[in-house]
Amino acid sequence: MITFENVTLTYPDGASRITAVDDVSLQALPGEVLGITGPSGSGKSSLLALGATLIRPDSGRVMIGDVDAAGLRAKDAAALRRERIGIVFQQSNLIPSLTAREQLQAMGELGGAGSRRRREAIRSRVDDLLEAVGLAGQADKTPAQLSGGQRQRVAIARGLVHEPDVLLVDEPTSALDQERGAAIMELIASLTHERGTATLLVTHDLVHAGALDRIVRVLDGRLTEGGAGATSRRELQRTAA
Amino acid sequence: MFVAWRDLRFARGRFALIATVVALIMLLVGFLAGLTGGLAHQNISAVLAMPGDRLVLAAPDGEKPDFAASDITAETQKAWTEADGVTGVLPIGVVQGRAEITAPAGAQSAGAPSAGAQSAGAAGVAVVGLPREDSAGRAPRSTALTALAPASDGEVGLSAGAAEELDAHVGDTLTIVGQDFTVASIGEDVWYSHTAVIALTPSAWASVDERFGGTGDPTVLAVTGEADWDALASSTSTSAASPLASLRALSTFTSEVGSLALMIGMLFGVSALVVGAFFTVWTMQRAGDVAVLKALGASTASLVRDALGQAAVVLAIGIGAGLLAVVGLGALAGTALPFLLSPLTTLVPALAMAVLGLAGAAFALRSVTSADPLTALGSTR
Repeated sequence: MITFENVTLTYPDGASRITAVDDVSLQALPGEVLGITGPSGSGKSSLLALGATLIRPDSGRVMIGDVDAAGLRAKDAAALRRERIGIVFQQSNLIPSLTAREQLQAMGELGGAGSRRRREAIRSRVDDLLEAVGLAGQADKTPAQLSGGQRQRVAIARGLVHEPDVLLVDEPTSALDQERGAAIMELIASLTHERGTATLLVTHDLVHAGALDRIVRVLDGRLTEGGAGATSRRELQRTAA
Repeated sequence: MFVAWRDLRFARGRFALIATVVALIMLLVGFLAGLTGGLAHQNISAVLAMPGDRLVLAAPDGEKPDFAASDITAETQKAWTEADGVTGVLPIGVVQGRAEITAPAGAQSAGAPSAGAQSAGAAGVAVVGLPREDSAGRAPRSTALTALAPASDGEVGLSAGAAEELDAHVGDTLTIVGQDFTVASIGEDVWYSHTAVIALTPSAWASVDERFGGTGDPTVLAVTGEADWDALASSTSTSAASPLASLRALSTFTSEVGSLALMIGMLFGVSALVVGAFFTVWTMQRAGDVAVLKALGASTASLVRDALGQAAVVLAIGIGAGLLAVVGLGALAGTALPFLLSPLTTLVPALAMAVLGLAGAAFALRSVTSADPLTALGSTR
């Protein structure tokens, strides 16, 4: 579960500051895909960066399970990401030198305490997860040998291979055509439901909203719809239509 | 090292190139070190084999001591011999000149004079006058040099290099400035200032030195004991330094080794720069990957280990290949050049290159430690 409690984030802008996230509270529950939508510059990516512990809020709390990520030192934040957070980037961001299988295995090689046990646990899940994302036959291919959709599937598998509590997904369909985009969204939804991950998914494209369980809309750093309540899947599909 | 190993495999062309450059630099460094060692051996082995805690050279009026100009008078020798704390003084004379074999042993007839005899071989040599006992009547510490000391005035001990250059054998007659000596022994390889050493008794050496235009006085005292060296040197207008430190008084050595050491030092610098530049560019190219790995939770320590491990592998392969080439080619070159293959001329430069290469690679770590994981979000790579 990931919870934002009255989170505010500002950026310096010359002598003044810009408010990117303004007193936001929201929560994604285990097994739920919470969509965050809004126009460019509305603060969607800032919310994702806060959830990923890559930046600290000015005020408020970002809870990953029962850990307040807002107050962690960089080293502890990295450990939290390593153990409890999965990230799927907009452009897959796979490592060019690694095969699909190795992209997942690499998650067990990121260092930190208990590395050996973690490595073994991750290695034992790699093939099942590649099969789950439909890439069992592509395990030995490098990113350059895979299509855009396949790369994104590998990225999703990488984001889940360490069995995180929270999956953060940034515009996963932006580089894909509609058909492949829909398949990726369905894959994220099914894996989230199946594995009980709390998924926060940023998208500006509501065409695939049917894959989301709830959605919140952000404008100028504030939640304008959803929040602690829910915009249902049916409503979302109606909006998308 | 998980990602690092796969990067090595993935970009093997680039890493092979840098490993080849490292190997070539190692070859150059190794060759220069071997050559320096070989030349140094031909320059200083006799000095290092002089048996004393200190080597005393004349330094009148505060002049810089010089093996070639030193002249130890009887008065100075007496002052050192009688000084407190000095337990033994071995007066040694060194002069360079030309020697020739005038009567090979097989062609020599009893009592035949050397005049008119056919020369078998001639070469420039360092003629060293060596007593078999020091001032206290003790035999000096056995070294490659002292082992050459002959028993009588009519005999000469040849170093292996001198015997080879003169094509001399035991029993041959060797002539120096008109004086004949019988080759009594052939010892180890000992050189002084690029001339092979031959040894005479002190009195025979004095006679030869006078014929060369010298005073016949010894040129260096090999002193043993525990004395106030500085005070004694000051009161006797001499210098007293350990054999190693005395090498500064050998002008050919300082100029020669200085030039070669400068070249080796520059090559070390080049190797650090090349490796540092390569890994700087490499890590800059990987900055996006590093940011992604950090965003996924990689610890900075593991990324630093990966980067340094990668550099260590490249350096190990490059230096290893270079070292093998040095040993192989050095063994061949050793027959034609003064080339010394030893841990000092192979392993020490290899270790220095590895350390400097890693230092260069460490410089590139800034790109790793400063990579911002936030850039991985929204990046288009």
